[in-house]
Amino acid sequence: MNPPLSARLNTAVRDIPRSGIRDFFDIVSTMKDVISLGIGEPDFDTPWHVREATVFALERGVTHYTSNFGYLELRRALSRYAAKAFGIEYNPENEVLITVGVSEALDLALRALINPGDEVLYHEPCYVSYRATILFAHGVPLAVETRPENGFRLTRAMLEAKATPRTKVLMLNFPNNPTGAVMSRQDLEEIAAFVRERDLIVITDEIYAELTYDAPHISIVSFPGMRERTIFLHGFSKAWAMTGFRLGYACGPAELIEAMMKIHQYTMLCASSLAQKAALEALARPETDVAEMVGEYRRRRNFVASAFNDMGLDCHRPLGAFYAFPSVARVGLNSREFSLKLLRDQKVAVVPGTAFGACGEGFVRCAYATSMENLKEAVARIGKFVKTLKS
Amino acid sequence: MDELLKILQHNALESHETISRMLEIPVEKVAARIADYEKRGVIRGYQAILNEDDLDQDKVTAVIEVKVTPQREGGFDRIAERISGFPEVQSAYLMSGAYDLLLFVEGRTLREVAGFVSERLSPLEGVISTSTHFMLKTYKRFGVLMRKAEADQRLTISP
Repeated sequence: MNPPLSARLNTAVRDIPRSGIRDFFDIVSTMKDVISLGIGEPDFDTPWHVREATVFALERGVTHYTSNFGYLELRRALSRYAAKAFGIEYNPENEVLITVGVSEALDLALRALINPGDEVLYHEPCYVSYRATILFAHGVPLAVETRPENGFRLTRAMLEAKATPRTKVLMLNFPNNPTGAVMSRQDLEEIAAFVRERDLIVITDEIYAELTYDAPHISIVSFPGMRERTIFLHGFSKAWAMTGFRLGYACGPAELIEAMMKIHQYTMLCASSLAQKAALEALARPETDVAEMVGEYRRRRNFVASAFNDMGLDCHRPLGAFYAFPSVARVGLNSREFSLKLLRDQKVAVVPGTAFGACGEGFVRCAYATSMENLKEAVARIGKFVKTLKS
Repeated sequence: MDELLKILQHNALESHETISRMLEIPVEKVAARIADYEKRGVIRGYQAILNEDDLDQDKVTAVIEVKVTPQREGGFDRIAERISGFPEVQSAYLMSGAYDLLLFVEGRTLREVAGFVSERLSPLEGVISTSTHFMLKTYKRFGVLMRKAEADQRLTISP
């Protein structure tokens, strides 16, 4: 008899579990009338001018392959945007690659850099795909745990404690999903120095760059000597509420972008032509669209963080993205128990912190990318729930 | 614009406690600042935004373009204020372009609005001409779409 199909799978794929988010989604989707703080995408609609431009592009028949790099016009616009927003200049001819979301760009970057056994440093709690993507690229993931005591920021000392001579890449994601953490200029300076000393390459996922609430975003790329060793990833999903368009981009030194382009060329060919036109329109007036959303998110952030602290769920102040990451340790349940019981008792969905790495134990992720009406109701129900646990 | 006004413009019924959290200022200060806005007349009132097409009521709304002669020592203001005084006039604006004043006028019937135009508005000294358009259907008012909101299309849990 033949061995079962599962035995014939690639071992890396077979051994990686499904995302903890997916697992929780299956439970939530069996229930009705749930208020969800579990949604990792904006509740705003894609700005109307962007949608309208997409329809226009479709009518004009923009339905063909584009250059493997993406439309040059869009790469030029992105290059101007990066210069203005982050203070980094990239040549649109060979230093910008349009991808299918940041997720693809991240995969390309890792596959372009990693030889089997190369180590990749990254920080947890982090986006659900990082560890899996490193493993799929045959890299060795080295997780660095960040803690609420210093606002879930990453420090040089933490990296020094983990890095080995086999470490090749450092992955960064600030503002951070799921913690909302943001790095200070000094933090980044120290990490940049460490990266230069160890001759590492940085992959920085800055998808939430526009969504910071107390200070403007600073990119690691803007520090001396970093541009030539950094792959900068960004996209349109969060700041322009364009998740379903699946459009991201990578900027970096031409040799790295060329290597990534080769994989992209043979696997994806190009990002959707319509999504690229939509992105071009989004960049035509980024300030107005984004400023409105940022103001609204900031007010919600203030509301949610103070409400959690008042009900006894210690919540560090999220400085960016749209997630609060309160601790549930005090109520005597672990992350998963808390999330399941809250869902059953009060019909509010949050995501157990463990979905974002083992050190997420004791926390839950609450996205405030939902209306104030929903947030108020959710917070009231969580407050009631916490009270029943305490008594 | 002050964020407090932004919040109230979106939802005038937002509780002071919630606003206090959103803006990170004490509750008493929220109340005091709102009172100050009301006193200074920056906040002129609070109204519900109705979807009037869904109400079973006899009402017609007309948009009226009015050409007027500005008056000595009063400019457009005097005639505009005079027109605005009629309770039928819901809104009145001074405009650039081919006409001077734009009015939103409400009445129970078409005949009533027509009567207002011919008997009250047109005879006023300084009114040169009027052009009346009746509204047929409302799609959006005060930034609010009148059609029913579609259900949230997002997955309930996503990374």
